[in-house]
Amino acid sequence: MIKVESLTKQYAGFTAVDDVTFTARPGRVTGFLGPNGAGKSTTMRIMVGLTPASSGYAEVSGRRFADLPNPGLEVGVLLDASAQHAGRTGREILTIAQRTMGLPAGRVGEMLDRVSLTDDEADRRVRNYSLGMRQRLGIATALLGDPDVLILDEPANGLDPAGIRWMRDLLRGYADRGGTVLLSSHLLHEIEVIADDLVVIGQGRIVAQGTKAELLATAGTLVRTPDVHQLAQALTSAGVSFTPSAATGSQDALRVDADPGVVGRVALDAGVHLVELRAADGAGLEEMFLELTADTQRETLTEGAAA
Amino acid sequence: MTATTLESAVEEVARPVRPTPARIPMSRIVSVELRKSFDTRSGFWLMASIGILAVVATGATILFAPDDALTYGNFAAAVGFPMAIVLPMVAILSITSEWSQRTGLTSFTLVPHRGRVLAGKALVAVLVGVVSMLLAGLIGALGNVIGTSINGVDPTWNISALEFGYIILGNLLGMAVGFMLGVLIRNSPGAIVAYFVYSLVLPTVTTVLAETQEWFADKQPWVDFNYAQGPLFDGDISGQQWAQLGVTGLFWLVIPLSIGLWSVLRSEVK
Repeated sequence: MIKVESLTKQYAGFTAVDDVTFTARPGRVTGFLGPNGAGKSTTMRIMVGLTPASSGYAEVSGRRFADLPNPGLEVGVLLDASAQHAGRTGREILTIAQRTMGLPAGRVGEMLDRVSLTDDEADRRVRNYSLGMRQRLGIATALLGDPDVLILDEPANGLDPAGIRWMRDLLRGYADRGGTVLLSSHLLHEIEVIADDLVVIGQGRIVAQGTKAELLATAGTLVRTPDVHQLAQALTSAGVSFTPSAATGSQDALRVDADPGVVGRVALDAGVHLVELRAADGAGLEEMFLELTADTQRETLTEGAAA
Repeated sequence: MTATTLESAVEEVARPVRPTPARIPMSRIVSVELRKSFDTRSGFWLMASIGILAVVATGATILFAPDDALTYGNFAAAVGFPMAIVLPMVAILSITSEWSQRTGLTSFTLVPHRGRVLAGKALVAVLVGVVSMLLAGLIGALGNVIGTSINGVDPTWNISALEFGYIILGNLLGMAVGFMLGVLIRNSPGAIVAYFVYSLVLPTVTTVLAETQEWFADKQPWVDFNYAQGPLFDGDISGQQWAQLGVTGLFWLVIPLSIGLWSVLRSEVK
């Protein structure tokens, strides 16, 4: 269980994390989603006490992180797989963590097996590791103390497709056994397939949160037509709200906050010819993500304001 | 679209409640920090260089010193010089590598009290300092025995245990300076350069100043920390010189160390 309450972090001149409140529950994978620079990593660093909060607090397993007597046994943390001494071997890095936590030495070998690092790879120095191998080592460090809670910042970065699949199965199994998993990502599809709950953040603020099913159910209808302008007018006069959609990669689509049946009726009445009409959850989280963060992201992907 | 904050009833899978683990003991932090000083190639060779340089310095003294200079005092001085350089490096790197190599991300999450990690490092530095000095003293003593017997002169043992204790203290102060620069600067190259400025450039400046400015010459023992440490290495230190060491140490070591520790405790680890 992770509880984040009104967390705010201000730097001179800007607010990196702005009144963030959410809970990651046991038995669930909670996806922490946001574009680059949205405040995901800062929030996670505050959770584990590496960055002091300006106000608000975060609790893990009912306590502040600094009050955990031996945090490695309760919370597995992976913030940056590359943040390791390049001159240590993978095995040595795990051994340091194992000793700090006071675990039996055999745990190191078990974890290397668990993350599929061979003995040969484990005895190499980390400077010779690929990013994917570093991620596996970081996961091994996080799992070492068999914690109830995992906090992982972009764990899928650098993994090949098989590695991503492996990570997904590992985290799924971990949550199914009652663990709490919080993982951040800007890789939307990755989060979409693994997360049960979503927390979407943009410019330090939470822009949406809930279960994945709830958030996708609110995604409305996707409609494509060569005559976007006329359909937009018809929808406006019918009192149905919509936004331009980038889901199809061109500008002939709208995402409408109504059922496909309603949109089809409006189009028929207006005599607009449609080339596509479907529930927008096929467009999925990416559409929602791009919309929710439209005014906070660096690239402007949607044109114009919603009517 | 409005932000949705929905509290839905989600079936919670309960994990068996486990007993609260015991707090990580200080002894474990110290042993892990000690291990971290040796477990990289650079760390290992830095440590090994303590023994190697002591042997080289002793060998050089046997080869090049005239017979009447084959005293334990000279062997100790020859062995002590590399110690005074290497030991502060050990102290600096034990701190700065947590930032320069970014291992602090792991270290400070596994032990979420930076003060305890730093205390562990300080204890390791003292341990390494004392053991290294004893080792260096032993190598110097062996050199004295071998050197004098080769040259057929009687060995001279002109350093008392108390004097040797002062020398160890002097080297520990050097490590404390390294530790201070480490927490203050938190960057390996920066702290090493700062150490050489502190221990080599600064004394040169104050020496020149004392030679040319009479008003400074009188005050130097009370303002120059390096100068005030001199009596420790000469093996004889008076009450007034202890006071001078204390006063200069307060300004050149204790105060900057406090600022450094304070900033480490409240800074961000990225």
